Amino acid sequence: MRLEPRPASSVAASILWPAGAILATVVFSSLLVMIAGASPLTVFWLVLKGAAGSQFAALETLTRATPLIFTGLAVAVAFRAKLWNIGAEAQLYLGAVMTVVIGTGAVTLPSAGLIPLIMIAAMLTGALALLGPAVLKTKFGVDEVVTTLLLNFIVLLFVSMLLEGPLKDPTGLGWPQSKRVIADAQLPRLIKGKRLHFGFILAIISAIVVWVIMKKTTLGYEMRAVGHNAEAARFAGIPVNRVIVKTALLSGGLAALAGFSEVAGLKGNLTLDLSPGYGYTGIVVAMLAMLNPLGVIAAAIFVAGIFVGADAMSRSANVPSYIAEVMVATSLLTMVAAIMLMRYRVRWR
Amino acid sequence: MNEALEILFTASFWVAAIRIASPLIFATMGELICERAGVLNLGIEGIMVAGAFTGWFTVYMGGDLWTGVLVAALTGAMFGLLHGFLTVPLGLSQHVTGIGITLLASSLTYFTYRILLPEVSSPPKIEPFQPFAVPVLSDIPVLGPTLFNQTPLTYLAYFTVAAVAFVFYRTPVGVAVRAVGENPSAVEAQGISVTAVRIGAVMVGSALMAIGGAFLTMSAFNSFFFEMINGRGWIAIALVVFGSWRPGKALIGAILFAAFDAYQVRLQQITGGVIPYQIFLMMPFVLSIVALVVVARRATYPKALMIPYQKGER
Repeated sequence: MRLEPRPASSVAASILWPAGAILATVVFSSLLVMIAGASPLTVFWLVLKGAAGSQFAALETLTRATPLIFTGLAVAVAFRAKLWNIGAEAQLYLGAVMTVVIGTGAVTLPSAGLIPLIMIAAMLTGALALLGPAVLKTKFGVDEVVTTLLLNFIVLLFVSMLLEGPLKDPTGLGWPQSKRVIADAQLPRLIKGKRLHFGFILAIISAIVVWVIMKKTTLGYEMRAVGHNAEAARFAGIPVNRVIVKTALLSGGLAALAGFSEVAGLKGNLTLDLSPGYGYTGIVVAMLAMLNPLGVIAAAIFVAGIFVGADAMSRSANVPSYIAEVMVATSLLTMVAAIMLMRYRVRWR
Repeated sequence: MNEALEILFTASFWVAAIRIASPLIFATMGELICERAGVLNLGIEGIMVAGAFTGWFTVYMGGDLWTGVLVAALTGAMFGLLHGFLTVPLGLSQHVTGIGITLLASSLTYFTYRILLPEVSSPPKIEPFQPFAVPVLSDIPVLGPTLFNQTPLTYLAYFTVAAVAFVFYRTPVGVAVRAVGENPSAVEAQGISVTAVRIGAVMVGSALMAIGGAFLTMSAFNSFFFEMINGRGWIAIALVVFGSWRPGKALIGAILFAAFDAYQVRLQQITGGVIPYQIFLMMPFVLSIVALVVVARRATYPKALMIPYQKGER
């Protein structure tokens, strides 16, 4: 078999293949649910109800989507320039560290000054974390996939060290956790008494800003050109290495905002379980959104819904909540295949 | 300071180094085969998780140890088939697909674990592979007890390196595998299917990765834990680059790396908590990055690595 580019984009193909991807994901997860001894219809209904069936459920989904929007944007920006940043997890944690360093009382300012200060500092930290791999890539030709992956482990150990050392909360009964951020460093809740916080609004704003950068600025054009064909871009006079470094700074900064928003908006302090893999899930979010910054919002809410819904479901039905991870991973693989088949058709011989 | 040096002269240190190296040798050879055929396999981390579980579970259910190894290998080969199908004929991004395979393989494993063992609080144990002193060879002074008083799976790791090197450089199959990673259209011109060779290489490579995972549950330890692979797959990818895509060099890299890892554990005990333990745990990962930087300038990638092949295109 071989693939042939479609001469014109086919409406049928752009509906049928993604629909097929969703169907394949549903069929595969139904099989697993049946193996677990439950009825797929009941389980999917419970997941849907748990994700969007009540005000509580819907708000919980949006709360869970917030960090995923940030990490999804970080990945979308980087992948667009073919900078394979698999280290959003590390950048997220470093953003969280900076939030705690400044926000627990070291700097006292009114909210309107303190929060932007923390955001900028967090973004810089995350940006620096990806600057390393980006420079190693451009100067030495070291593959950034491996360096960013390895950095995830290094940073998590570094955070663990901080939480048992300088950042440890002395009143934390020995648990490795930081002090809580002061009131002026906290992001307000959007609805009184609910968990959804201002970080969600910041995430939406970030998505719009990133969309403008990608579509309307020279940098965005250059990033797309480098991602499309680095050799041709270099030939056309685009400073490829500088574009890669700028992309890295933007991507790392966005991922760091996920850590900032989780600490300042939701958790209040830093622990080692701040992120259950939001950095990795950001890759799925970005791919489902076909690297479109605005699409990231929808994809993040979709993925968050699966996680929140599956958590609720596993409490009532006897199916492990790991089904959510399986569904998300399966949808990633089926969707990238569907996107390819939208653009190319299969020729046998 | 002397104490720190003395570690290097104890037999137990080198025995541990070889033990730590064994899963890395399997994983590194597996990744090396994939990459020499032109396919980056970032599914490695998840495939190791899956192999660690299925091999161990087979034995837990009453299978014998070698059946467990075989089941682990088959598990790996199945994920390899999926990765190969998506990246070779469909030509999907090898990065994204590989990460997807890792997410899928590890989440499927955790899901299955929860279904099969719903009530356990501490993971059940199996009777793992025991060390076996090879007659004659284990009597060689110094080297003998280190290299030849290990478990049979470690011997399988040595054999794998020799087999990979032999197949690569002495057989037509090896020539074909290397050629699809360098110049696929020349292979196609010989009437050999690039797709078939690449998918086959990814399946064999993934089977080895899974055996590497199974080494942890069936030889190094005796039960399955979440997070037990802990980045070993990613380190194997770094070791392939460090070894310039050559089996022998990659073997040396894996042993050096493992020796360093074994050393840091012992150094940690000597320093007695003056330096935070996390610093020591970080060292293997830092070392991998340093190694990559050192060799990066003279690294010669397989020319067709990460380039999908389309018949009839040049």
